[in-house]
Amino acid sequence: MSASSRWYQLLLALFSLNAGTAVADYALNMTQGVTRTSQAVYDLHMIIFWICVAIGIVVFGVMIYAMFRHRKSRGVKAAQFHESTTMELVWTLIPIIILVSMAIPATRVLLAMEDTSDADMTIKVTGIQWKWKYDYVDTEAEGLSVVSSLHPDHNEARQLGADADLTVFGDTYLLDVDNPLVVPTGKKIRFLLTAADVIHSWWVPDLGWKKDAIPGFINESWTIIDQPGVYRGQCAELCGRDHAFMPVVVVAKEPAEYAAWVAEQKQAAVDIANSADRVWTKAELMAKGEAVYQTNCAACHQPNGQGLPPVFPALAGSAMATAEDPAAHIDIVLNGKAGSAMTAYRDILNDVDLAAVITYERNAWGNQASIVQPADIKATR
Amino acid sequence: MSTATADHHGPARGLMRWVTTTNHKDIGSLYLLFALIMFLIGGAMAMVIRAELFQPGLQLVDPQFFNSMTTVHALLMIFGAVMPAFTGLANWLIPMQIGAPDMALPRLNNFSFWLLPFAFTMLLSTFFMNGGGPASGWTLYPPLSLQMDAGFPFMIFAIHLAGISSIMGSINVIVTILNMRAPGMTLMKMPLFVWTWLITAYLLIATMPVLAGAVTMLLTDKFAGTSFFSAAGGGDPVMYQHIFWFFGHPEVYILILPAFGIVSAILPTFARKPLFGYSSMVYATASIAFLSFIVWAHHMFTVGMPVVGELFFMYATMMIAVPTGVKVFNWISTMWRGSMTFETPMLFAVGFIIMFTIGGFSGLMLSIAPADFQYHDTYFVVAHFHYVLVTGAIYSIMAAVYYWLPKWTGHMYDERLGKLHFWISTISVNVLFFPQHFLGLAGMPRRIPDYSVQFADWNMISSLGGFVFGLSQLMFVWIIFKAIRGGRKATDQVWEGAQGLEWTLSSPPPYHSFNQPPTVR
Ligand code: HEC
Ligand code: HEM
Ligand SMILES: [Cu+2]
Ligand SMILES: [Cu+2]
Repeated sequence: MSASSRWYQLLLALFSLNAGTAVADYALNMTQGVTRTSQAVYDLHMIIFWICVAIGIVVFGVMIYAMFRHRKSRGVKAAQFHESTTMELVWTLIPIIILVSMAIPATRVLLAMEDTSDADMTIKVTGIQWKWKYDYVDTEAEGLSVVSSLHPDHNEARQLGADADLTVFGDTYLLDVDNPLVVPTGKKIRFLLTAADVIHSWWVPDLGWKKDAIPGFINESWTIIDQPGVYRGQCAELCGRDHAFMPVVVVAKEPAEYAAWVAEQKQAAVDIANSADRVWTKAELMAKGEAVYQTNCAACHQPNGQGLPPVFPALAGSAMATAEDPAAHIDIVLNGKAGSAMTAYRDILNDVDLAAVITYERNAWGNQASIVQPADIKATR
Repeated sequence: MSTATADHHGPARGLMRWVTTTNHKDIGSLYLLFALIMFLIGGAMAMVIRAELFQPGLQLVDPQFFNSMTTVHALLMIFGAVMPAFTGLANWLIPMQIGAPDMALPRLNNFSFWLLPFAFTMLLSTFFMNGGGPASGWTLYPPLSLQMDAGFPFMIFAIHLAGISSIMGSINVIVTILNMRAPGMTLMKMPLFVWTWLITAYLLIATMPVLAGAVTMLLTDKFAGTSFFSAAGGGDPVMYQHIFWFFGHPEVYILILPAFGIVSAILPTFARKPLFGYSSMVYATASIAFLSFIVWAHHMFTVGMPVVGELFFMYATMMIAVPTGVKVFNWISTMWRGSMTFETPMLFAVGFIIMFTIGGFSGLMLSIAPADFQYHDTYFVVAHFHYVLVTGAIYSIMAAVYYWLPKWTGHMYDERLGKLHFWISTISVNVLFFPQHFLGLAGMPRRIPDYSVQFADWNMISSLGGFVFGLSQLMFVWIIFKAIRGGRKATDQVWEGAQGLEWTLSSPPPYHSFNQPPTVR
């Protein structure tokens, strides 16, 4: 391995014209991951890989030998044999035996991977163009909800085209989010996966699997993470324009730390609920609204509100966003528009965020219309 | 021996010759030219993809446009390049190989070709419509595919036209093979190219209507208020995937069975030794065709099937490696103790065997469902299907063109350039696709325009390989052009070891291949 990897490095040195993007370690193989499942999958991968290598050496070896020895230029006269039932049987049966011996461990791992029983906790994962939403369904975290989008810094960098300096992100460019999924170590976590709009696929290589998130259906999967750490992955199923920009980040914490995180989040949720009851100033709403807009809406409606007509309408100057009565505007953001890419945000954003982003849309880019209070949203829900 | 085929009427003159032709050779040439054009357009799209992926960061194109590049690249290569190229070869070769004057249904033949330029012009025209070209991947999974804007119905209609064309072409192939063989040409004496095409034609007739049904349901879901694939209306988006792959997996064998036939023709010629295990080759082809109907859900291991279903599709998929292996072993036994020379067609055929087998190995790895949970939708899959399709299907087509070009044109192509084309292509195609295995294993998903920095090196290498491979195909165009224009006269047999009816005709062959049926011993 080391000789061949040195060879690869030489090749890389020849090819890496752009030293700026060259990173020291070259991943060549599947990760072993951090769970028993990912280890089992890695082992299967390596067994079948070495089987293929062994067959390859024999088959290509014979072939290459023939190509060098049985040449006309060496004066060989062609033999005329063209049939052998024995040989046909041999090379039918030997592969069958190899395959059966491969199928047995594969079946064992598959059965274990599909066994979601006896979970300690359940998290619902919802894929949304282009972010993930995590709902804690039970245990002390019940009711917590996290919306996880591409980290704003990365989001900004990717819009810069050739001017972007990506080295500042190290190995995590496009693999970082604003709010990660936080889970406890040592617990069997059952995931329920679904989607709000199109099909997505939730994938963290270190956990050893990916599973599709399908609108209208619920898929199940599970994991037990033993080592605390940050595990990164991304959406694996093409889900539209920004498919490449919806990473998954799982932070596994020791149970005590995890409990502290849960308590903190619960407190934050209470604070938000309280703040929804007070009257907000326009400046507060605009400041918050801009942030919400940039992470949630700008992918389609564009940072400057011009959209990408005709697919994504402009909000700057839009009749709806400048109408005196905000009811229609609130309605489309809360409930989305069936049959279009505009999803319902009622379960993704809280009242304050919704009021802020709608106010922002009504007063940014030259728009001028009434502001919307969190209480208005609450009343409309 | 050249047959006594007096040319009682030759081709019409001018452009109308090509529009109204019912001649199998003319139509074969049209198909091949069309496939070449699609190969170049689809290849240009691949260049856009590799240029964007040359470095991390978004430099050249919008992500939406990038997605339509991957989508249309695949649609053009599969439906516009590989399938029409095989149909073109079938048109040229089947009548000559079975001792017939022409195809059985010449007018249908004309119609099935002329549908294609319209179909693909329509597909490409969607780029100029509101919302741009299709961008949901060639698999067109709903609900994403339903988000396409104005071009949607045009894309669906284009697929329908291409499908109708394939079905008619297949009917013609089957009728020709079953009815027009020369006396004495029993089924088990047919060249393997004819056999593999016979089976391919049945696959096409069985699966194209399934695709047509699937995309029609997409159309009504979008415009007629049905909910076949929308859970909100009681439908099921996964159902689409089942229907699609019930077409899609046999489709990948449609793209490779004729290649098996081509390689089985070329190897014996240049090994100067009969094909090893002819009848087991026929049976292996038939069993691959059968198995190809019961493995479709290996493309869907991650959609959440019941575990029994996953097991079934895993076992069935592993089984398909057995007849595929039999083919490879037979080819190698054909080479064994032959008296080989390595002209360009042989180089491409040998390249096919080695690199197609590498694609088969990664296929075998992908068939292991638990491991596929990691591989699925990554560059590992991209590497797999490009090994079987580019260095498999496309290599076989190139081998076939070099092998039969002297017969078709009456001129030898430039052997030195042909070998150069092979070596440049083979080195660059491996630089292009082999690193994609690493990328996939390291965690890079497919169909993304931008990626994390740790994937940068292999992507850059892959792109460089891609540019060289892309450019070197211009050599191929030039070599063909040169051979059509002139060159050393080819003999009737062309290759010292060539066996079979087509080599008994003159080079180039008469306009109507066999007016008197030849006798087959
Ligand atoms: C995935 C792309 C996408 C995202 C993200 C998105 N929208 Fe939309 N939005 C659309 C589309 C498409 C429409 C047009 C719907 C229709 O009328 O068919 C739309 C329409 C609207 C409209 C109505 C505009 C008009 O003049 O008719 C408003 C208001 C709106 N979106 C607000 C938002 C807000 C607020 C957010 C973020 C919280 C958001 N959108 C995020 C795609 C998106
Ligand atoms: C040994 C035989 C083969 C086996 C076991 C095999 C197995 C597989 C599996 C399991 C997948 C799904 C991977 C995934 O998406 O996770 C796949 C994908 C694919 N295979 Fe193969 N394969 C074989 C040969 C071929 C051949 C001969 C072709 C065509 C010439 C082919 C073309 C493809 C294509 C195009 C895809 C990807 C389709 C897509 O998702 O867009 N394969 N193969
Ligand atoms: Cu996605
Ligand atoms: Cu398949």
